Amino acid sequence: MANDLEAINDPGIPAHVHRKADSDPLAAKKAERQVAILFALSALGTILFIVSYVAIPEDIFVFIPVMGSTNAHQLFLGLGLAFSLFFIGMGAIHWAKTLMPDQEVTVQRHEFRSDEEDRNELVKTAKEGAAAAGLGRRSLIKRTLGLSLGLVGLSPLLLLRDLGPLPGNSLSTTSWKAGTRLVTDPGDRPIKPEDLEVGAVAQVLPAMLPGQDHRVLSDIGKDAVLLIRLRPEEFNLDAERLSWTHEGIIAFSKICSHMGCAVALYEQQTKHLLCPCHQSTFDVTRAAKVLFGPAARPLPQLALALDSEGYLVAKQPFNEPVGPSFWERSS
Amino acid sequence: MTARERIAGNVANYVDERTGAAAWMKKNLNKVFPDHWSFLLGEIALYSFIILLLSGTFLTFWFDPSQREVVYEGAYQPLSGLKMSAAYASTLHISFEVRGGLLMRQIHHWAALFFMVAIVVHLLRVYFTGAFRKPREFNWIIGVGLLTLGIVEGFLGYSLPDDLLSGTGIRIAEAIIQAVPVVGTYIAFFAFGGAFPGEAFIPRIFTVHVLLLPGIFLALITVHLMLVWYQKHTQYPGPGRTEKNVVGYPLFPVYMAKAGGFFFIVFGVTTFIAAVASINPIWLYGPYTPGQISAGSQPDWYMGWLDGLVRMSPPLETHAFGHTISWNILIPGLIVPGIMFTGLALYPFIESWITGDKREHHLLDRPRNVPNRTATGAMALTFTLIALINGGNDIIAQQFHLSINQIMWFSRIGIIVLPPIAFVITKRICISLQRADRDLVLHGKETGRLVRLPHGEFIEVHEEISPEKKWLLTSHEQSGPLELPEIDKAGVRRTDAIRNKLRSRMSAANAEVAPKVSAKDLKEIEHH
Repeated sequence: MANDLEAINDPGIPAHVHRKADSDPLAAKKAERQVAILFALSALGTILFIVSYVAIPEDIFVFIPVMGSTNAHQLFLGLGLAFSLFFIGMGAIHWAKTLMPDQEVTVQRHEFRSDEEDRNELVKTAKEGAAAAGLGRRSLIKRTLGLSLGLVGLSPLLLLRDLGPLPGNSLSTTSWKAGTRLVTDPGDRPIKPEDLEVGAVAQVLPAMLPGQDHRVLSDIGKDAVLLIRLRPEEFNLDAERLSWTHEGIIAFSKICSHMGCAVALYEQQTKHLLCPCHQSTFDVTRAAKVLFGPAARPLPQLALALDSEGYLVAKQPFNEPVGPSFWERSS
Repeated sequence: MTARERIAGNVANYVDERTGAAAWMKKNLNKVFPDHWSFLLGEIALYSFIILLLSGTFLTFWFDPSQREVVYEGAYQPLSGLKMSAAYASTLHISFEVRGGLLMRQIHHWAALFFMVAIVVHLLRVYFTGAFRKPREFNWIIGVGLLTLGIVEGFLGYSLPDDLLSGTGIRIAEAIIQAVPVVGTYIAFFAFGGAFPGEAFIPRIFTVHVLLLPGIFLALITVHLMLVWYQKHTQYPGPGRTEKNVVGYPLFPVYMAKAGGFFFIVFGVTTFIAAVASINPIWLYGPYTPGQISAGSQPDWYMGWLDGLVRMSPPLETHAFGHTISWNILIPGLIVPGIMFTGLALYPFIESWITGDKREHHLLDRPRNVPNRTATGAMALTFTLIALINGGNDIIAQQFHLSINQIMWFSRIGIIVLPPIAFVITKRICISLQRADRDLVLHGKETGRLVRLPHGEFIEVHEEISPEKKWLLTSHEQSGPLELPEIDKAGVRRTDAIRNKLRSRMSAANAEVAPKVSAKDLKEIEHH
């Protein structure tokens, strides 16, 4: 083997080369001055910092090439602090490199393994201790100790129970009921079909219940719906899904069936919906069928109808859970 | 004796009489540290952590970790009158009304990015030089733990302002939790205090971000450094450096001045970048609401590879017996990262199993001299880089006018095909470099001087390299493959024959090198 061959000799640590400052007092003096200048620059940085803090108003903007219009207060505060810190570091390192001893020293290592005697003693001590405690003999103690230690770990887990409610069927339901009006978001105005031109998109939410004065984000996270109007002949839907549209208006859950981001990018030309998080692409004309990307399911479609006053309403609740998959989801 | 010396002496005397620390202090002030630029990488991580503690503490004085709904009436006019969480409103307050607040926010965010960069580059240095080998396996595992926690801590940190971008990140994290079979929905509801987003999450992750994880960080970093101290730092090979010694500068004063100075330089550079380069301008994103999103949503870089894996995942879901398993989330979000981090943590043990090497190592390897390890590292890096690139596929598509579908397909195929290619190429390059080293030792370096010999032939003069350089290029070890016969000494077939076969093959692949120059080779060449 290669290692059995005689290796080339180790020439040893190269001879130390003295720096100019080690022998020449003038060079040493010069190095000292350089270090002092660096520390002085740091002090100037702190002065800039203080001046910026007290004297530059916060609403002054200056134009700096590359950076554009920049807040002068934050900029000079930052530059002052940066210089004050940076030059302390430069000074200390220049000091160490030019004036402190630069002779490398060698120390010996020792193997970490303890000597045999210590190792044997340790084994003996451990065995004696275990025997004295009777761990091996008293199996009843050993088992009950194991049981109690195992059980005691359950208490903190149990205490965490009240972190949140049980899910129940909350992931499978939304605020949409049969007859819930679609309202604009923002604005909360009910929508008539003629409000939406062909090619237009609108984000809608279910109308608030009587007495409800503000929306909870957890509800928006399930209820957000995207309304898109095409020409009716552009759809490529089965009879049931076609009956869920109204005069070319089709509604999908805006919450991505992959990981729950808002599916907000609508491409008018191709009639594709794109999720900006992971680029899942859905075909609006084919009931949001997945064309590309990691999503495994179409976006749930909301069935639309008109109420007696001619406003768009939900014909029925979503027929499947909206948003990302979860274990209890059945389809 | 000057007055100053007398005071110093008195203080030292006072402390020593109560602690007996003199002997220990004397020994440790003379502690020797080898010098090399690559040893500063871990220091950058440490100093970034200190900067994070300082700037983070400042931010907590004004930050209100609450999802209580408020109407914004602060200095930033475009958002005036908008409903938002107190967390977001207080972040705007720090950015626009607290003097130096925006600077501190930007220092905190940049320092977090540098912290993760430094950890990753430090890890690469430790990996490619073999610094993780016995006796430093514990420290390697602690390091992998710090890397993992750093990713979580960074993610929680940029989620706290509760802006539109960070809320989207949390939405994705929630979907990953929810995808866990059987218990996922429950864990998600417990973590969020109900349905997403609820009102409990920001206060909870605030406690984890500012108390729990920093506490664990402090403990792990302390042990990490104590082990470096106790085991003494590794050193690069070179003349006079052996497995039995440490060559370098004493802690006091040289190393202390350099390390202390370096802290200020890291702090200064971070502050400079925070002063001139805007980061995470949350006021442009607006407050979080689950029904909205901005195009080009991107996580911070250390999460990007995870997001890239999720993006390239094929649309796989299993529906059976009334239950759903989302492979499109579980595989890229939990299973692949789990395998990656476990493999990373176990690597020192895997390598020593393959090589059968159970000795202590304090001299670092030159990466070319361990082709298999270097190639494995290149393979893992290629995998992660493709995932990272795919994490920015929308931005890349936009900037370079490419189709996002093409980039996705490139990533899907590339992440399987390119890592093995990277392995093979890297291994070949390593062995070629070894041959170049061999050439250099045997024939010297090319001088570029052409000489015409009397009979008309032109030759290039080669100049012999220094004995120091020769030693550097030949001092490494080249041990052959393990010999693991299928039949043991007693003539019985080993029960674990398949495992041994695998081990033998890997060991043989590991031992594939260009033979280094021995003294005999040199003598032979002198006779020519």
